[in-house]
Amino acid sequence: MLLIVSLGFLLSFSLLFINKFIKGKYAWVTTLIPLSVFIYFFSYIGDVSSGKLIKVSYNWIPAFDVNLNFVLDGLSLLFVLMISGIGTLVYWYTSSYLKGHKYLDRFYAYLGIFMSSMLGLVLSDNLISLFLFWELTSISSFFLIGFNNESQSSRKSALLALGITGIGGLFLLAAAVILGQITDTYNLSELLLLNNEVAMSSGYGLVVILIFLAAFTKSAQFPFHFWLPGAMKAPTPVSTYLHSATMVKAGIYLMLRFSPILGHTDLWQIGLICIGGITMLYSAIQMLFRVDLKAILAYSTICALGIMTFLTGIGTYEALTAALVFIVVHALYKASLFLITGIIDHETGTRDITKLSGLRHGLMPIFIAGIVAALISGGVPPTLGFVGKDLIYESTLHGEYSPWLLTGIAILTKILLFYGGFVVGVKPFLGKKQQSYADLHMPSIRLWLPPVLMVSLGLVLGLVPFLLGENIVIPGAKVLAQSQENFHLKLWHGFNFILGLSAITIACGIILYVAIKPKYALKTFIEKFEFLSPKSIVYYLKTVFKICSRYWTMLFQNGYLRHYVATYVTFIIVLVSYLLFKDPVVRIDYSALSELTTYEVVIIFVMFFSTLFTVFSKSRLAAVASMGIIGFSFCLLYLFYSAPDLAMTQFSVDTLTVILFVLVLYRLPKYLRFSKNYLRIEHGILASIFGSLITFLILKVLSEPKISEISDFYAENSYALAKGKNVVNVILVDFRGSDTLIEITVLIVAAIGVFGLLKLRLKGKDKK
Amino acid sequence: MKTLVLKTASDILLPVLLLFSVFILLRGHYLPGGGFVGGLIAAIAFVLHAFAYGLKNTRKIIVVHPGFLMPLGLLISFGSAIAPIIASDLPFMTGLWVPGHFPVVGKIGSALFFDTGVYFVVFGVSLTIIFTISENA
Repeated sequence: MLLIVSLGFLLSFSLLFINKFIKGKYAWVTTLIPLSVFIYFFSYIGDVSSGKLIKVSYNWIPAFDVNLNFVLDGLSLLFVLMISGIGTLVYWYTSSYLKGHKYLDRFYAYLGIFMSSMLGLVLSDNLISLFLFWELTSISSFFLIGFNNESQSSRKSALLALGITGIGGLFLLAAAVILGQITDTYNLSELLLLNNEVAMSSGYGLVVILIFLAAFTKSAQFPFHFWLPGAMKAPTPVSTYLHSATMVKAGIYLMLRFSPILGHTDLWQIGLICIGGITMLYSAIQMLFRVDLKAILAYSTICALGIMTFLTGIGTYEALTAALVFIVVHALYKASLFLITGIIDHETGTRDITKLSGLRHGLMPIFIAGIVAALISGGVPPTLGFVGKDLIYESTLHGEYSPWLLTGIAILTKILLFYGGFVVGVKPFLGKKQQSYADLHMPSIRLWLPPVLMVSLGLVLGLVPFLLGENIVIPGAKVLAQSQENFHLKLWHGFNFILGLSAITIACGIILYVAIKPKYALKTFIEKFEFLSPKSIVYYLKTVFKICSRYWTMLFQNGYLRHYVATYVTFIIVLVSYLLFKDPVVRIDYSALSELTTYEVVIIFVMFFSTLFTVFSKSRLAAVASMGIIGFSFCLLYLFYSAPDLAMTQFSVDTLTVILFVLVLYRLPKYLRFSKNYLRIEHGILASIFGSLITFLILKVLSEPKISEISDFYAENSYALAKGKNVVNVILVDFRGSDTLIEITVLIVAAIGVFGLLKLRLKGKDKK
Repeated sequence: MKTLVLKTASDILLPVLLLFSVFILLRGHYLPGGGFVGGLIAAIAFVLHAFAYGLKNTRKIIVVHPGFLMPLGLLISFGSAIAPIIASDLPFMTGLWVPGHFPVVGKIGSALFFDTGVYFVVFGVSLTIIFTISENA
């Protein structure tokens, strides 16, 4: 299973080598990747629907209980099929939509990473690996949304999306860690077995809030919804994929996955119902004021996500089933509407609903697909949308929290969704054909086949809903509700109250569609209130944050090296002196110290006078040379105290440092004094205090009892274990070899940094 | 600074210092020395040559850009660190040793290769930094 999950990663990596091939005629070949994933998981339907769990685990960091555990149950299966199925169509569609694009290979690479991360996310049983995949989806979607990286608005949207979803990811990590602390496990399957333990614990409220924040940011719930309309700056296939099957569904998945673990409390249910309710109404109303097809779709996505959150909140077996059915319904109609919008955009060059009309001449098959998609979205029988809508009404009516109010909200939202679906799916095709696109013709089959396939599926599954129910939805709902009860999806329930509600919804939807025409006047009206929206508030906060961080940075990092050194020396002084003042007495056994020898005294004097000379010298080179003398004196001190390795290294380093200084300083003009006198005195005092403090600290260390366990261990074992007699070297290359490995990597990075800084600067100058 | 004395001295010192640096590297496991110091000494040898003959001539005798020594060294070190995983399914950085005793080097094992990697990295890093700065200062 690991191979299947990482196929997308492998694809991205292999594109480094075969990008020429993919950019040409063979772009469609990449479709085989999601298709094979789809087929692989499709073959598990039988096993999963009969209640089997497919578990695979790979050790990663077993010491911290962080492993790649994949579990395929009903819920995961629903999501993986959606991800890979719609993924297949999106790959196929893109091969024509972005044909000949300069960065088509990159696009597929991002898409591959994204798909694999989504698969990993919904299959992970381990919270930490789930978090990891969660973050990977945020990062890869950042690249996808900002794919048109030459447009500023697109870059901005990408950053906004990354900011919001990235912060959400951190909440998820926090929730995972707290859960791990409470229950001592990171595995979802083990958390499930704990029943009420989490809900009874004191950290429960915090965990729920954190999970909410993670899911709401990812799934664009109010008030974090605003990144999603921005994300439509991405090419249409990306919007299709992000909105219908993946990214935003990740948050829904998280809520569903956690509902058996954290659910069935007032906090969980009322929280979800409220936020979901607000989101679905708010965005459904927003939809009325939009004229861009993709903007309408974006708000209708937010609305649909609100409905899913809302249903998860209600939390009954029925409601969870309704949520799962609605996820499938939404994926089908939203993906097809997006793809249709993409075709319209591709053929006419505009997505402005007020400018589009009469496209049925020339795009007839797409018109039919649009009608069916709109019917699914409006919940008109005999489509799957109808089955979904019935279930929603049923679950709001049978829920435990004020059924009438919730049903009312659901009906209102559904009416508005009906309107939205028809505006996008039907309206552009009606009316008179415009002059500007007279030579409209059918696009390539790669563009129109995917939406047609999806709407046909929506229609067929509506006629035979038990196919979907028995095999995919009910096994998933059983996992969520933790029950074995069977439930049958039906298209026709007979004449009853819910059918009446459905009829009202459809009738009102039609009236609304006829009565309200999308107009610019409406859009400008709503934009007057833009300053109140959460998006604007976030932007204000961002501006304030920017100003604050600028001041902060200027305070500590003003570009003068001396200022940096002074800052951290002061910091260390404060920190160390605080500790020393607690116990300021030095107790040293002077009789145990060795006699002071003549050569030690001489070296100390040499160091002292060269320090003075360095500070007061008028010549830069002389100062450097005397600093070299201080360094060499240190080497001698090391030698006196039998540390030849240190001495050798210090000697070479000092030689090179002096040479470096000379090379840099050699060509500078005559010595100038930049710093003011009072600053020099201030720094002098600071340095003296620091020096005395360190001396004091060392004396203090001497007065403590000596602990030599570690050095004894190394001395005893260096030959026995590492076959070396030079303990220093053995530590470096063996005992602590990993440190050395990282250190030399850091050295290389530093060298590349120096190289880059100097060489790039020259290039810039040449350009001028 | 192109004096005859310095030139003559560096002619002799360059090979001697390089040889010395290798010697320091090889004895490191038993006596004072090791890859880090060895690399620094090797770098000093070339810096001395650069002082005497100018940077261009030094670059000519090194042939490759010193920057290439960095990844080479890192590869050697990393290779010796993962060798136990690949060769005999032991944990990362386990020491592997060739049986027997060799003159000068003592025992040959993965630690020696690791140190050789360190030698090349330090050598490359020092030369890259010094050459870059002296070219652009």
